[in-house]
Amino acid sequence: MLRVENLRKRYRTGDEALKNVSFSVPAGEVVGLIGPSGAGKSTLIRCINRLVEPTDGNVFLNDLNVTRLGRNDLKQARRRIGMIFQEYALVERLSVMENVLSGRLGYVSFWQSFTRRFPQADIDKAFALLDRVGLTDHADKRADALSGGQRQRVGIARALEQDPELLLVDEPTASLDPKTSRQIMRLICEICAERNLPAIINIHDVVLAQSFVDRIIGLRAGEVVFDGAPDALTEDVLSRIYGEEDWAVLRRQHDSDESDDAADPKKPVEERLVELV
Amino acid sequence: MPISKSETGVPVWQHRTSKANLILWVGWLALVALFVFCWQVMTQDTIWYFVYDAPRQAADITSRMFPPKWGYISELWWPLWDTLNIATLGTLLAIILSVPVAFLAARNTTPSTRFVRPVALFVIVSSRSINALIWGLLLVAVIGPGVFAGIIAIALRSIGFISKLLYEAIEEIDTTQVEAINATGASGLQTLDYGIVPQILPAFAGITVFRWDINIRESTVLGLVGAGGIGLKLQASINVLAWGQVTTIFLVILGTVLVSEWVSAKVRHSLI
Repeated sequence: MLRVENLRKRYRTGDEALKNVSFSVPAGEVVGLIGPSGAGKSTLIRCINRLVEPTDGNVFLNDLNVTRLGRNDLKQARRRIGMIFQEYALVERLSVMENVLSGRLGYVSFWQSFTRRFPQADIDKAFALLDRVGLTDHADKRADALSGGQRQRVGIARALEQDPELLLVDEPTASLDPKTSRQIMRLICEICAERNLPAIINIHDVVLAQSFVDRIIGLRAGEVVFDGAPDALTEDVLSRIYGEEDWAVLRRQHDSDESDDAADPKKPVEERLVELV
Repeated sequence: MPISKSETGVPVWQHRTSKANLILWVGWLALVALFVFCWQVMTQDTIWYFVYDAPRQAADITSRMFPPKWGYISELWWPLWDTLNIATLGTLLAIILSVPVAFLAARNTTPSTRFVRPVALFVIVSSRSINALIWGLLLVAVIGPGVFAGIIAIALRSIGFISKLLYEAIEEIDTTQVEAINATGASGLQTLDYGIVPQILPAFAGITVFRWDINIRESTVLGLVGAGGIGLKLQASINVLAWGQVTTIFLVILGTVLVSEWVSAKVRHSLI
């Protein structure tokens, strides 16, 4: 359960990125955060784990007020918040396993992490997660040897390795092709359902968001201008969030894309398996 | 202005105005005058007899230098070993000292841009501004002649080089990888270990091997000031005008440098 109250962020340049944003996300709900570039989506999710310091307002993770924590308590709180990034943000020169295990850094001592001697339970968990995201055979490869979709799966495994109580997802599909994007979105939403995890997903692709998330929050110029079910996202609402555009045309194009996405027998077995899980 | 109007009102374009042209010519004239003046200063103390004699002298020394005195080579292995040790141990010492300096100097890892960073930068500049030979001269006076002075001289000179290139590499890392490690709740040291070190490791290895290669060359001359190694033999041979021995030493140094360059190129190639 996440509660954001009257969150404001003003950058030193004077730009007001967030103006009084409030909402709450109950356990297990996946929220899609949409809005034009520069609306403050990235700032908002970074204010939640304080990679960006909010200027004013409160963020409650269950009963813990994250905005009031000191340095050490903040580290403890960050362990409970998993984050998935736009360009995967894997440490490219470390192996897949090391990347997944880096999700445990907040739980182990420096010496344990330096010598790469993680507790066996952490390693078991990492193997189970790699299995869950379909990368068991790649555990020993270097992260930069993987494709985009595979890297994002490692990113997901790293976030889950933290045993998070909340997932923050920043444009997970922005660097992926349409099909891989759908696979990644499906994976994230399934995992959230399995673990009853709340999640906030920043996403540019409105149609993709609508077909996967439980709820949509529309942000425009740092303010929430829409908060409701994906079905309630009418053309009127889209115009309110993004400005005027011929939305009907855009949707029709996407529908024809989608019919191509049905099970394709020519796909390699590995890929089909990943889709099944 | 290069664009003006002719009498008939048509726009005229020139590359330079006549004033700019004049200034340009005066500038060139001043440069030629300076050259003539410098030439006079340079040549007024030259004894031209020696200059005219130079080809004969060069031929004379060359004839004394050949053939090399190959028997002398047996006396060179030990000083050569010293030279290699000076270069390698000096580089190692420099690595140990320069890694912390680099992290203190890099804008994104320094604890304080206002106080710590300037100190680290000063260390780098002062190390770089003094040649290893000068460091050797000072250190032989301070701690006495020998290999140890050579090692310290090489280390002091290399700190600046390694720290500077390393801190530039640290400043160029991809910050999103660091952000991601930070977001897991990792401590500062863990972020360094997982987020930063893997990114700078190739640069670090390349820099240190490159510096080791340079240090091999620098340590061959350190003996000239008494700081040990093959340079001592070079100094001694020149003093007694044993030109055949000097040639042998030159050839040994040439061989060593060739080998070290080959090793360094191989190592760097395999790392990147």
